[in-house]
This record gives sequence, C-alpha cells and structure tokens, in this order.
Amino acid sequence: MRHTISVLVENKFGVLSRVSGLFSGRGYNIESLSVGETIDPNISIMTIVTSGDDQVIEQITKQLNKLIDVIKVVDLTEVDHVEREMILIKVAPKREDKAEVLRLVEIFRGKVVDSSPQTYTIEITGDEKKIEAFVELMKAFNIKEFVRTGKIAIAREGVK
Amino acid sequence: MKRTGAQIVIECLKREGVKHIFGYPGGVVLGIFDLLYDDKDIQLVLTRHEQGAVHAADGYARSTGRPGVVLVTSGPGATNTVTGIATAYMDSIPVIVLTGQVPTKLIGNDAFQEADIVGITRPCTKHNYLVKDVKDLARIMKEAFHIATTGRPGPVLIDLPKDVLGDKTTFHCPDKVTIRGYNPKYEGNRWMIKQAANEIQKAKRPVIIAGGGVVHSDASKELKELAELTEIPVIMTLMGLGVFPGTHRLSLGMPGMHGSYYANKAIQESDLLIAVGIRFDDRVTGRISSFAPKAKIIHIDIDPSSIRKNVRVDVPIVGDAKRVLKVLVEMLKEGGKVQWEAVRKAWLKQIEKWKQERPLSYEFDENIIKPQFVVEKIYELTKGKAIISTEVGQNQMWTAQFYKFDRPRTLLTSGGLGTMGYGFPAAMGAQVAHPDKIVIDIAGDGSFQMNIQELATCVTYKLPVKVAILNNMYLGMVRQWQELFYAERYSYSHLDTVPDFVKVAEAYGAVGLRATKPSEVEPVIKEALKVKDLPVVMDFIVDWKEKVFPMVPAGGSLDEMIFGEEKKEKKKLRAVK
Ligand SMILES: Cc1ncc(C[n+]2csc(CCOP(=O)(O)OP(=O)(O)O)c2C)c(N)n1
Ligand SMILES: [Mg+2]
Repeated sequence: MRHTISVLVENKFGVLSRVSGLFSGRGYNIESLSVGETIDPNISIMTIVTSGDDQVIEQITKQLNKLIDVIKVVDLTEVDHVEREMILIKVAPKREDKAEVLRLVEIFRGKVVDSSPQTYTIEITGDEKKIEAFVELMKAFNIKEFVRTGKIAIAREGVK
Repeated sequence: MKRTGAQIVIECLKREGVKHIFGYPGGVVLGIFDLLYDDKDIQLVLTRHEQGAVHAADGYARSTGRPGVVLVTSGPGATNTVTGIATAYMDSIPVIVLTGQVPTKLIGNDAFQEADIVGITRPCTKHNYLVKDVKDLARIMKEAFHIATTGRPGPVLIDLPKDVLGDKTTFHCPDKVTIRGYNPKYEGNRWMIKQAANEIQKAKRPVIIAGGGVVHSDASKELKELAELTEIPVIMTLMGLGVFPGTHRLSLGMPGMHGSYYANKAIQESDLLIAVGIRFDDRVTGRISSFAPKAKIIHIDIDPSSIRKNVRVDVPIVGDAKRVLKVLVEMLKEGGKVQWEAVRKAWLKQIEKWKQERPLSYEFDENIIKPQFVVEKIYELTKGKAIISTEVGQNQMWTAQFYKFDRPRTLLTSGGLGTMGYGFPAAMGAQVAHPDKIVIDIAGDGSFQMNIQELATCVTYKLPVKVAILNNMYLGMVRQWQELFYAERYSYSHLDTVPDFVKVAEAYGAVGLRATKPSEVEPVIKEALKVKDLPVVMDFIVDWKEKVFPMVPAGGSLDEMIFGEEKKEKKKLRAVK
C-alpha cells in the first residue's frame, strides 16, 4: 500500500543523502520526495511517498527514526490529512484547440503562467486524482514538457 | 586561551578517558600526530594497516566495553578503514574513527588524497560528521562518544579537514549532549513486560535466546537470574556466547547454521522464545517461514527496528536488556511461588535426550590433528579463561562449538559481516587493553594472511598475542560448501601457496611453533603460553578434509540439519540461494 510519510529533520548538510541512502540501501522504494525548510530554519521537512506492505512501512518508519538527524516521523496515511502537488505542463495545441485548453485550465482552477505563439505553460495544484485527470486530458494537446513537485502533505487539525 | 583544532581533538579524547589510539599517519593529520609525539597520557599504537587499526580498536572495545579510537589520514588512509567500520557496525561496536581530510577549500576538487569518506561510510556508521568549523569540534567530539556508546552502540566517524585542525578557537566542551533526534529508550514498557511474565508462566517449553545486546547492556547477571529462577534453558547466538556460562547445565550453546542439534531442536519445538538482544540474523533462523513454528516470541531489544524486522513477534519490548530483565525477574518473583523445577521437568528431560542423541562431536585421530581437538586443547590449557578471537570460516565455527565461554567479552568475532582478517588485529587490540590476560586468535590459514602484517605491531609493542592457525591449506569453509553443494568442484578454494608460518613469524621477530601430530598439540600450546613479551604463531597442520557439523544448508529450516554421516545422500543436496 501507498504511504505518505512526513519527516522532520535537522536542516544540515548531508541529511537528504542519509534519508535517500536509507531507502536505496535497504531496497525501499520512493515514489516522490520533497524537501523544504520550515519556519524554523534549523529544521526541514520532507514528504516522502513510498509503498510497501505493513512490515516494510513499519521498518521504514523505524529506520528513519534511527537516523540521528531525524527529529520526528509521522505516517500521515494513518491520520486524516491534506495532500497537494503542483505540476507545470507545457502544451502546444493546434490553433483550433487553444480555447478548449483554456477552458480546461479554468475547470481545473489552474493558471496559465507563460505563453508563446505556439505554447501554453500551465500550473495546476491539487491532489493526485485531480492532477492525473488533468494530465490525461492534456495528452490530446501535444505535451511538450512536464514537471511535478512531488507531494507535500499536512495532517488536518484536531485529528493528530 | 585559544587552542587549535588538533589540540581540541586531543583534549576531548582525554576527557573521554582515552588512553590508547590505534592509527597510522599521513599528510593531513600530522598536526595531531605531532601533539602525540610527547603526550604523556595517550599512547598511539602504530598498526601496519588502517584496517588493522579499526579491528584493533574494535577488539579493544569488545573486550572492555569502552569505545576504541582510531586515527588515520585522508584518502587511502580513510578508505582502508571501511571494512573495519562495517564490521563494527554490523556487530554494534562503539568505535570512534577520526579521519583526516583535505582542507575545506579543496573539498570537492579531487584534491590529492581526497576521498568522500563521510559519503562512503554513511551506510556503515551509526552517525558521521564532517567538521567544517573549528568552533563545532568540541561539541562534535562529545556527541560522537555519546552516540557511539549509548542506545544500540556503533561506530561514529569524524572527518577532520586539515585547516580545521590548524584553526584556533576558545575551547569549550559542553558537559551535556542534547540531540533532539536521538533519545534511546532504556526502560521497557511495564505492561509489555507483564505480558512477557504471563507468557513465561504459561509456557511449557520455553527457551531463551540471548545475543550481543546482552553483552552491550551488561545484563549477564540478570539473564542468569531469569534462567535459574524459571529453569529455562539458554541458547546464545555467536555474538552472545559467554553472556551465560557455556558450562552451565541450562546452556544449549549456539543455534543456527552450525548450531548444536539440541539448540536448534529446542527452538523448533519450543512454545515460547524469549529473545534478548538478538536481531534474528538469517544464519540464526534458517528459513524464516519454518522458524520456531510452535512458539510465541517475546523480543527484548533496545533497537526498535530490530523488532519485527525478520520474524513475527508476540510481545515486543523496546528497552535496555538489563533493565527489562530486572523488572521481568521481579514480576515473576511477585507472581507467587511456582514450582518451576516441577513445571520444567518434562521439557528439560526432552532436551537432555537431544543432548545425548547428538552431542557436538568429532572423531579423534591419533595420526592427524583434528582442528576441533586443537580448540578443545586450547580450552583445556587456558582453563577457559583466555580472551579468544577468531577469524572467519571453519575456524570460527569450531571455536564457537568447542570452546566453552563462561563470561561475556571473552569471544571477539566478526558475526554480522563475517570479516576474514578480523581476529588477529582484534586480539591485538584486546591485548593492549588487557596486558596481563592470555589473548588467542584461533585462525584460518586464509584469514590470517589478510592482516598478517600486524605481527610487526605486536612485536613492536611486545604484545604477546597468540595465533593458533588451523592450517588446512584451504579456504576451508568455501571448500566445505563446494564439497557439499557444488559436486566437489573445488573452484579456487585451495591455497596452493601457503607460506611457512613459522618462518614468517620469525622473520617478523615473533615466535613460530608448529605441530603436525596430535601428540604435539599440547606441548606447542604450553610453549606458546610461556611467552610473555612476543607474539607467537602456532601453525597446526590439521586434517583438511574436516567439516563443520551439524549444518543447516543455507535457506534450509533449522530442522533440516545434516551431520556429515549421510555421505551417500550428499549428492542430492543443492545450494539454495
Ligand atoms: C574478507 C572476506 N573475504 C571472503 C570471505 C568469504 N569466506 C568465508 S569463509 C572463507 C574461507 C576462510 O578460510 P580460512 O581463513 O583458511 O578458514 P577455514 O575455513 O579454512 O578455517 C571465505 C573465503 C569472507 N568471509 N571475508
Ligand atoms: Mg583454511
């Protein structure tokens, strides 16, 4: 099963490689990983999406906790939480399709953040389903480039 | 007064009570070496290879319980420590490795003798540091010792760039370490311990398996109390040998691939396994799906990730073995008067029957030296009181089987990584810590050659380490597998050229002795034990055909032991990946 794990770490040199090395060294799989500083500049937060059976996930959590630079590990999958991901997608639709693309951006509450005579660059934020659905629709309009941030997630208040 | 980084390193080591460092010099650490030149409190033992230095520090640590310290230069000096570090890591041994590094400005430039040792050792240290500012140095030194020696111990590496060692700062060493991400849990959950006590009260065929964690937590006394109170037999993993007296009526010796028949039988038939400080290595469990099929499992370990990593666990207890066992024994005593002897009678009788059925044994021969005979004689002549190290291979397994360890920290052996070349330098480190004890490396002819250069170190420092080579002219354990599982195709396991070890010893200025007949074994050992100020190499020319039995073929279940009698069947056995 898929799990979204939030890892609070010391914002120190080498921490990312300790975490990613743990996954590769033990054969765990990372579907996405995003890192950033928190309000406290000494602390960073990583959101890792991984998959495995219960035993594997238990090991991942325990092994992460064992790292000296890891302060806290929360498996968000076990609690009610909000997940978001952002993508930037560059499409080059045919002239007659341009309006349709813009309409879809509207429906998905996305934004066109750059455009050229041939292309639109679109920003979409949402949960996985929404993003997948949007990307699926864009396939008809000649996708040129596509980047995604990986998931970030946060527990809903009151259920922690 | 301001001090240089190098001075701070030395000062911090002194504050940690360090008396010996094992090391090897080179460009970037000369600043530290210069201070050691006339230091009165710290002696550096100059090994002949950095790998030897780490194993020596490891042997020092295993035999004393105090951390061993290593000091080497950057680049090749640092990379030479990797096998030693990985060995210590797998067996949870506190070792502090100080490596020199090129100046901070040059890091990343492929400078002369630059190696990213922090990157290289990240997966085989408990933690490691690159010191970028001399102001952090004292704190890092303090943290390193703290991390290495607390919780589940392990090696910690500190990489010291040359400029940091030369930079000056006001020395300030914190008295306390606070690391928010590191808080080992020592007290076990009382409710869980109560569950364990209940299970013990209910169990009909319980057995204790004790491992290296019991050594680290110094819990032998508590373990013995538990076993004797409840009349539960005790099995010890390779890392645990000695935590419970091997000569005790309740001892069943070692389980697993080359464990005793009765230990493996007891596990497979038991209804309750009380595992203390073990990590259920595959060499111990055999095929997991058929491991201890009838047993509930209580698992006590300080490392939460050891629990449920390999086997299912019914009562998990995270905590320090000593404290948990203490509470457990108290609870069992409070639980009222149980007639443990009566309760246990049938089970102990069954175990006794297994012991009679298939004791650990070998066939003595008057004409050719059996390796097991050498181990037995060493046991006899040292009255079981020596510190024994081993290499890896058959020599290691025969030592585990035939030397009865009665006290913890008397067997030094590379269990997790299985590092050939470990035993001799480890023995050397133990001898530095215990100048008056008898320290013997029971070696293989292959393994000894992997760190044979340390003979020079032993001669220099007058360390009377004894090496007993079970010389079979083979990579014996490899040969054994080839005989049993690869249709006797001895691919590259014969050591065509084995040096004359007696002459090698003499060339180094050590004492060399040889025995070629069983009758010479005892005199040679006695002769060796008389030597007090030089290393001694005993070359025992043993029966090269001898194999280690019982054996559970890799991937087999603990019930599927072979005993070496089923010659006709052996062709049928196949290696299982
Ligand atoms: C550094 C290293 N390389 C390879 C091995 C694989 N290996 C395990 S036992 C063994 C043979 C050891 O030979 P020897 O030291 O003569 O011991 P014996 O088995 O003959 O007692 C080998 C090659 C190992 N354990 N360690
Ligand atoms: Mg050999």
